[in-house]
Amino acid sequence: MTKNIKLMQGNEAVAEGAIIAGCDFFAGYPITPSSEVMEQLSSKLVKLGKVCIQMEDEIAALGAVLGAALGGAKALTASSGPGMSLKAEHIGYASMCEIPCVIVNVMRGGPSTGLPTLPAQGDIMQARWGTHGDHAIIAITPSSVNESLYETIRAFNLAIKYRTPVLILTDEIIGHMREKVVIPNKEDIKEILDVKLPDVPPEKYFPYNYTSGKVTSLAPMGEGYRYHVTGLIHGETGFPSQKTDVIQNAQKWLYDKIYKNIKDIEKFEEFQTEDADILIFAYGSVSRSARQAILMARSAGIKAGLFRPITIWPFPEERVSSLSKKIKKIIVPEMNMGQAVLEVQRNACGSDVYGLNVVNGEPITPDTIYYKIKEVAGA
Amino acid sequence: MTNRTEFRFAGSGGQGLILAGIILADAAVSQENKNAVQTQSYGPEARGGSSKSEVIVSDDTIEYPKATKLDYMIALTQESFSKYIGDLKDDGIVIVDREMVRDYSKAKGKLYVLDMVKTAREELGKLLGLNIIALGALVAISGIVSHESAEKALMSRVPKGFEEYNKKALEIGFRLAKEAKNNK
Amino acid sequence: MPNKKFDYDKYLRKNTLPHIWCPGCGDGIILKSLIRAIDKCGYSKDDVVITSGIGCASRLPGYVDFNTIHTTHGRALTFAVGIKMYKPRLKVITVSGDGDALAIGGNHFIHAARRNIDITMIVFNNYTYGMTGGQSSPTQPLGTFSTTTPFGSVEGPFDVCNLAQAAGATWVGRSTSYHAVQLEKFIVNALNHKGFSVLDVITNCHISYGRRNKMKSPVEMIHYQKDKAVNVRSSENIAPENMAGKFKTGILYENKGAQEFSEEYYKVLNAVKIK
Repeated sequence: MTKNIKLMQGNEAVAEGAIIAGCDFFAGYPITPSSEVMEQLSSKLVKLGKVCIQMEDEIAALGAVLGAALGGAKALTASSGPGMSLKAEHIGYASMCEIPCVIVNVMRGGPSTGLPTLPAQGDIMQARWGTHGDHAIIAITPSSVNESLYETIRAFNLAIKYRTPVLILTDEIIGHMREKVVIPNKEDIKEILDVKLPDVPPEKYFPYNYTSGKVTSLAPMGEGYRYHVTGLIHGETGFPSQKTDVIQNAQKWLYDKIYKNIKDIEKFEEFQTEDADILIFAYGSVSRSARQAILMARSAGIKAGLFRPITIWPFPEERVSSLSKKIKKIIVPEMNMGQAVLEVQRNACGSDVYGLNVVNGEPITPDTIYYKIKEVAGA
Repeated sequence: MTNRTEFRFAGSGGQGLILAGIILADAAVSQENKNAVQTQSYGPEARGGSSKSEVIVSDDTIEYPKATKLDYMIALTQESFSKYIGDLKDDGIVIVDREMVRDYSKAKGKLYVLDMVKTAREELGKLLGLNIIALGALVAISGIVSHESAEKALMSRVPKGFEEYNKKALEIGFRLAKEAKNNK
Repeated sequence: MPNKKFDYDKYLRKNTLPHIWCPGCGDGIILKSLIRAIDKCGYSKDDVVITSGIGCASRLPGYVDFNTIHTTHGRALTFAVGIKMYKPRLKVITVSGDGDALAIGGNHFIHAARRNIDITMIVFNNYTYGMTGGQSSPTQPLGTFSTTTPFGSVEGPFDVCNLAQAAGATWVGRSTSYHAVQLEKFIVNALNHKGFSVLDVITNCHISYGRRNKMKSPVEMIHYQKDKAVNVRSSENIAPENMAGKFKTGILYENKGAQEFSEEYYKVLNAVKIK
């Protein structure tokens, strides 16, 4: 049998992906349904001579991750539900100070303690807007255990390339189920970005650059590049500023570095959209049911197709807009009361957009989506 | 989605059914290069009460990861049998333990009543390993993976020092299934 | 004080001055003592990391030429733990106000102490939230006034040193911004200690605290520090009832042999590491 095929849990695949990506540091706090990420890394990372620590709370976990990242570590934390509410504070700090890090959110039902052991997709808008103030964010929604591994590697690359927190949004289904994973060989991986020293000497180094369009590399602390990091709005030198032009440039840059590079960051998959009359927009575990429902619809003579964002933030605006020019009916099944559907509506040009919202703690079944397709086809 | 085969181990928390499901899925994936998905119910159910561990095996991509219409169910408690039997296909196969499930009047499809608990007590001396007997029985009756694959997957997940004990349990499962099949 | 003129410029980021502190604030004295102490210890500037939270004291890192991280309110120690664990060769110092360290950051404070991680924590203890205008702090003495305890505080304060020691810190000391020579010496001591060292520095905020408590000038507050400080050795001969309203200064606790977190962690790591 092929040696690199393994049965693996979703949370384990995230840990495996992090190791392949060269993760040097993990700090976390126990929370269902994400704890397996920390449990796996507590052994595997340490055996590789890297650090995995359990902190006193969720805020401290991300604080430690950011401290290590400023030292040059490729750093990761994982959490869920209430933990993500607490992490909002340091997601904002990471955005403001442009510190690369990867944060896994194994989504469970909420608000508050909600449903610790059952899946939901209620954190889509929280991922985008969960911390205060204006900023852009990258968030990824894998739909399988295998994809969890590969997207974790990509998340680390994006974090370093764009000096930003990157969120991986799985859910209790993907996180806890076991499925086939193809462990890549070194040569199978196209790219692993590493933390590098800046290409200028310390006396010429500025930790930020808002106007050239290029993301400045973040110098690891302790290597001769002494600089200041602050959550206050700061100029390119890193020191606080209240000058209107500096504020404007700094705030705009946090958007521009993501949205001007959207082609590089966005990733999606389409299935039978070429001739589709009905488009299903689905992400994460729900997209699996959607694909099955599409096959059911096709055998019943209804031309349905799937658009599956793998990068959910920044939102794939352009493609949704262009698809909506030819497909006039769009269904958005989600395990929430309607979140991504709002973005689809915003970007769809003149199409009818239908939400399909199941919030009962169970994954949305293919049948449920199929019935909705039939209903919409007849409408 | 056509050649999807759905299995459910049903019983109570602590019987080791999740592990049995993982081994079945692992045998399919690691030993026979099929696709398999294993899921379980967590939550209050996992502490006593009814507990389930599901495995879906297919040569194609498996989309929806949970069982919808079971091809096979093995029940190790009365409560879980009664709770889950409705999910079985009309032509599905249900395996129950003779001591644990007394009332199987609601059974449908093909029914196998096996002496898993009794044999465990007599030949293993304790009920530890009942999950592996159930795994053996399910493998032998369904033929979803070879006996050899099941054994290899089991050995890769058994702690050191317990290999022989578990191998024996698996073989009890194979044997009980074979006997039951011959009696049909 | 050193006899020859000390060259502070070597350590200051002069482009970030003037500082934000009010005239007469004690924070500048602590800043200069810290600089002299670091100089005395002979660390390379590249090897020193200073983290801080939010508040007046937490603006200190911006003014000094080290690796400096001005973090979020109360969380300075979490960043310090992260960078120390990733790069244990670095000398990590955390500066924090009393509200930052012990109210919003109280949990991180006791856990850093519990772990006995090799970080030096300097608490700028002025009994108030100076930056936000003088609200009640967790070290505000009983019966004193703030904008949010206009009728006098009835809550009772934390004793920073007792708390640190009880939580597991292995070097604990107290000084004041009046005792500048002692302060420098204690910072050197704390920096040289391997483990979590906590230095409680009583300092003055005459603007936000003093004004509401009959000490509206820096001079009055410096007199307060001078009069209320009792050296730990002298305090042994003073009856407890006569210590009311006073505080002990000195090295209050020291445990040199205790296991330090980052060192022990790397021992385990090196033992289990796949060669």
